[in-house]
Amino acid sequence: MTTTTRAATVPAEIAPPRGILHRPKSTSGFWSWWTTVDHKKIGILYGGLALVFFLIAGIEALLIRLQLAGPNGTILTASQYNTLFTMHGTTMVFLVGMPLATAFGNYLIPLQIGARDVAFPRLNMFGFWVFAAGGAFIYSGFFLGGAPNGGWFGYTPLTSTPMTMGALPGHGPDFWAVGLVMLGIGSVTSGLNFVATILNMRAPGMTLMRMPVFVWMMLVVAFLTVFAMPAVTAALIMVFFDRNFSTNFFVAKAGGDPLLYQHLFWLFGHPEVYILILPGMGIVSETLPVFSRKPLFGRSVVIFSGIAIGFLGWGVWAHHMFATGLGPVAQTAFGLSTMLIAIPTGVKIFNWMGTVWGGSIKLSSPMLFSLGFIAMFTIGGLSGVTHSIVPADTQQTDTYYVVAHFHYVLFGGLVFAIFGGFYYWWPKVFGRLLDDRIGKVNFWLMLIGFNMTFFPMHISGLQGQPRRTYQYPANMGWDTANFIATIGAFVIALSVLVFLVNVVKTARRGEVASADPWDGRTLEWSIPSPAPEYNFAEIPEVHAADDFWHRKYTEDEEGRLVRLPAGGSDDGVQHGDGHGIHLPSPSFFPLILALGLPILGYAAVFKLPWLAVPGVIVLLFGVYAWGIEPGTAED
Amino acid sequence: MAQATLPVPADEADAHGHDPHGHADTNTGVTNTKLAMWVFLSSECIFFGAFISTYLLYRGRSVKGTPTPKDVYNIPFTSVTSFILLMSSLTMVLALAAIQRGDHRRFRVWTIATALFGVTFIGGQIYEFTEFYREGLALKTSVFGSSFFVLTGLHGLHVCVGIMWLLTLWGLSMQNRLHVQDAERVEIAGLYWHFVDIVWIVIFTVIYLIP
Repeated sequence: MTTTTRAATVPAEIAPPRGILHRPKSTSGFWSWWTTVDHKKIGILYGGLALVFFLIAGIEALLIRLQLAGPNGTILTASQYNTLFTMHGTTMVFLVGMPLATAFGNYLIPLQIGARDVAFPRLNMFGFWVFAAGGAFIYSGFFLGGAPNGGWFGYTPLTSTPMTMGALPGHGPDFWAVGLVMLGIGSVTSGLNFVATILNMRAPGMTLMRMPVFVWMMLVVAFLTVFAMPAVTAALIMVFFDRNFSTNFFVAKAGGDPLLYQHLFWLFGHPEVYILILPGMGIVSETLPVFSRKPLFGRSVVIFSGIAIGFLGWGVWAHHMFATGLGPVAQTAFGLSTMLIAIPTGVKIFNWMGTVWGGSIKLSSPMLFSLGFIAMFTIGGLSGVTHSIVPADTQQTDTYYVVAHFHYVLFGGLVFAIFGGFYYWWPKVFGRLLDDRIGKVNFWLMLIGFNMTFFPMHISGLQGQPRRTYQYPANMGWDTANFIATIGAFVIALSVLVFLVNVVKTARRGEVASADPWDGRTLEWSIPSPAPEYNFAEIPEVHAADDFWHRKYTEDEEGRLVRLPAGGSDDGVQHGDGHGIHLPSPSFFPLILALGLPILGYAAVFKLPWLAVPGVIVLLFGVYAWGIEPGTAED
Repeated sequence: MAQATLPVPADEADAHGHDPHGHADTNTGVTNTKLAMWVFLSSECIFFGAFISTYLLYRGRSVKGTPTPKDVYNIPFTSVTSFILLMSSLTMVLALAAIQRGDHRRFRVWTIATALFGVTFIGGQIYEFTEFYREGLALKTSVFGSSFFVLTGLHGLHVCVGIMWLLTLWGLSMQNRLHVQDAERVEIAGLYWHFVDIVWIVIFTVIYLIP
């Protein structure tokens, strides 16, 4: 026990300084983006990288549509087509939809609840680097022996049959399984971070029911992410073991059950649908009241509907599997639960319409996209309910009808909402407004292109056109629908191009935004644009839902809105230099720790045990160096 | 204790405030780290739940002629290692109680005891795996082999992470870098450790004991 006694006598004051690497200091400039722990910068990083993946997935979609423009297309081979539709789906779900939602969540949650940062700033950056590393890892498959080609759902036994048996040649499914496990780690960390931030770091007076609806939806999403990802992680581990270590999880002749994979996958996959759509619902719940100049109609009902969707989302997964023969009891139960989940969703749609109804509507770009969201999402929701009728679903399964349905929900829903969010919060993030006229062109092109692409698929699908096939024969009655869809896809591409032109054009010459350009209702508009590094010079005290609005307006005796006299400053907007506010310091270790994962990933995919050694070393170094580094550097 | 008056190292959890009485300055009164740990553990429940259900689903479905659970399980042996792992939860509690009252010597003793119990359990698991393999049960033998080894192997991996965590805390304490104010770091490691323990109780009951 000599060590113990010696250690006990050393006064703790002379404990050696902490930290292994020199602490990164810069908070501006190119290199600051590599080590930042500022939730706003991390949000921009998430958004920027997700947009890059959005363009890549869009190019993949265009290639698919070119191939399908006419019968017997010859632009792509069957295996190229398999890779492209797999990568399009995987990218849009894991590298575009989820990170874009995380981008908005990152930037807005602390601003909307009146906090200076998230609960775990370094973990936040770690989540981003895992997303970047995971995305790069999956795409590196293109150059290293095969990109994923077994569908974004990766059904077994197709994906789980060992490579040597020839089901899917190349390393595609390995890259897919390992990459998704990696991305899962990243999304779980960001989910944990959001839960802790939202539950723990609200400004004084910001009770749960006073929180903006967007924050509420992100809270539900965070819980869904944390509980859904482990199910698919388990399934992916089994796939990887079956493929590489000859286990028998999905080998029918050894007693394994390929259907188990579908259960585990959709137990994740259906909550995942809500992980993707709820942030969109949150965004329009913020924009619609602002551009209708009315509070959100039935605010608490919208919140509770979101929570109800979060719960019910766990009880509908088997409606993806009606064609597998689950038996009448299971099919009835899941058919009913699928009808049931349409209720809270429908309630929300009526709430949004009630919000717009009778408002003084301003049709700016964010409002157009939000209204587009309601209309398109409703169509997608209606075609979704048709899946709950089992006999009809059996007819629709694996046809373009399903493709039409989920694109109406995810593109017509999520992507429209995200673009609305871009136009709405762009001034807060970058200090300049996007051009509203170009924005309207962007919207109408996207709306027309979107409907041209996906509406005809309802019809060709009901006429029996199967999905996931690289060619279709002529004279089946599908030619016109497919040709229109291909034209529509290019119109969508044009609309995205218009958006990029808008971004570039306004970056230098755009209208400089005031703190509160839309006459907003939530706390992020009470601070200067772009948001200062410390967010709030003074932590606000909240007295009501839409607190910032109530600081600006009151009602006269007849219930008309009256603007309160601005008390010397411009409209309750905070001024202050943030002097003396201590912020978490930048750190190298999130990046280092995240880099350990792809090293281990390559070791797993290529079965190189020696490569696992540096991977583990990097991970351990990252963990320990992170652990002993204090969150905030001493001055 | 001398350490009690020392400044708290600014940790992420601490950056948002602790008062000296252990109440966190957060909306829920629970520190961010502890809250996140609880949510993480509930996420882990789903993870282990998936593998346990897989095992149960595949029970009795292995091809005839491959080893069955009855052939390979050595219940008395696994009961002993399970008991050891269970006891490690007791020592974990004692370690936390020790650091909370500032008794660093006992904290170190109980922490190293917890880690050693964990190591013993892992040793038992390695022995068990080797025995099973010798009796003809490998990963690729049957669905029983696949689901058993992957489930218990992943649990073992979790125990290993826990052991490393405990040893790290022990090392920090030896260097006088773990103070009374840091008791929550021990508590969080303890939450993880107890969770891994509870998962084992479920695995042992559902997989070994129920015929």
